[in-house]
Amino acid sequence: MNGVHDMGGMDGFGKVEAEPNEPVFHAEWEARVLAMVRAMGAAGAFNIDTSRFYRETLPADVYLASSYYKKWFLGLEDMLLAKGIIANDDIAAGHAVTPAKQLAPGKLTVDNVERTMVRGKFARPAPSPAKFKAGDRVRARNMHPVTHTRLPRYVRGHVGIIERDHGCHVFPDSAAQDAGENPQWLYTVVFEGTELWGPDTDPTVKVSIDAFEPYLEPA
Amino acid sequence: MTEHHHHDHDHSELSETELRVRALETILTEKGYIEPAALDVIIQAYETRIGPHNGARVVAKAWTDPAFKQALLEDASKAIGTLGHVGRVGDHLVAVENTPQRHNMVVCTLCSCYPWEMLGLPPVWYKAAPYRSRAVKDPRGVLADFGITLPKETEIRVWDSTAETRFLVLPMRPEGTEGWSEAQLAELVTRDSMIGTGFPTTPGAPS
Repeated sequence: MNGVHDMGGMDGFGKVEAEPNEPVFHAEWEARVLAMVRAMGAAGAFNIDTSRFYRETLPADVYLASSYYKKWFLGLEDMLLAKGIIANDDIAAGHAVTPAKQLAPGKLTVDNVERTMVRGKFARPAPSPAKFKAGDRVRARNMHPVTHTRLPRYVRGHVGIIERDHGCHVFPDSAAQDAGENPQWLYTVVFEGTELWGPDTDPTVKVSIDAFEPYLEPA
Repeated sequence: MTEHHHHDHDHSELSETELRVRALETILTEKGYIEPAALDVIIQAYETRIGPHNGARVVAKAWTDPAFKQALLEDASKAIGTLGHVGRVGDHLVAVENTPQRHNMVVCTLCSCYPWEMLGLPPVWYKAAPYRSRAVKDPRGVLADFGITLPKETEIRVWDSTAETRFLVLPMRPEGTEGWSEAQLAELVTRDSMIGTGFPTTPGAPS
C-alpha cells in the first residue's frame, strides 16, 4: 500500500538526531511490547509480514505521531483482534473473558526462548527457474497494490541492474495476507542516484533494494 | 500513577499506553498464549547479550584474518557461524566492505530491518522518519548530520533492507593499529561504523 511508512525520498522530516548513550529501551512497557510481539509470533499467532502490514495500516496521523514501540503495540492489538486471538470484550475487561484460540506451535516457554533469538528461515526451494541473472537490466514495475508490498515507491518505474541473486524466498506480498508463502526469486537491484532522483543528483550515489521477481520486468 | 514520574515522557500518554500494554499482557497470559517469564528472558537477552559488541568482534576478526574476511564477504551468515563465541546468526546476512573508493550505508525505508544478532536492537534514529526518508535521496546530507564528511569522489552505496536479507558494513581498519590484537581492535568498532553512519574510533583520539 502507498502508506506513510513508505518514506524513502520524502522531504520535510528534518535532521537525523542521534541520542547519545541511548538506552536499549526508554520505558519498561517498550520492552514488554517487543517481547510480546516476539513471543506471539513464535507461538504462531502471525508471521512477520502480517505484523508489518498491521503497523502500516495504522491511520497515517497515528503512524507519524506514535513512537516506534507504540506503533508495535497498536499494530499487535489490531492484528490479534482481527485474527480472533483476543476479543474487544477481553480488552474492555482487562482480562481474558472469551475462550482462547488454539495456536501452533503454541506458547513460547522459558525453555525454548532461544528459538526466537535467531531469525527465521526465509529461503525456500525454487518452484521455477530464475528469470534474471546478475548484470541484467530490469525495470521496477509501476505497481500500486493496496495490500502489503516490499517494493518501495521511490524505485517504481525506474531501471536498475541485477547485482546479486539470493535464491527463492517467502514472498511478503502473499504471506502478509495469509495467502501462503508463494516463494519467489529475490535479487539485489542497484539503481543510479541520477536514475531515481534526476540528473542534478550527486552522481556518486547508488541505491540498492532487494526485489522479488514479481516486482521486476526486463528493461 | 505517581510511580511513573521518573520517566521524562508525557506522563498521561505514557500512563495510558503502559496500562494498555499491561492489560494486553494479562489477557495473553490468562489465555495461555504467553509465559511472562519467557518475555523476561527475551528482554534480558537484548539488554545484556545481544548488542554491537557482537558485530565488533566480527569486524575485528575480519581486520586481522584475511581468510575470514574473504569468507565473510562471500557468505556472512556461514562465516560468522564458525565463530562460536559470537553466538548464532540467522540466514541471509550480507557483509559489505568499505574501501577508499566506496562507502556503504544501510537503511530500511519501509520499516526498521536491521541486523539484530550483530548490532542488537536499532537506535531510535534508525527507525525514525528523518533517516528513513533521506538516506536514499541525500546520503551525504545524512552523513553530515552525523558529523561525517567523505571525499567528493567516494561512491556512496545505500542498501535499502527491503527483504529478509540483512546488511553489516565492514568499515575500514583505522591507521595506526598495526600489531593490535583482535580484542583491542574490537574496542574501536562503533555501532554506527557498522551501519555506515560513522567511522571506527581512531586510536589516540579523545573519546
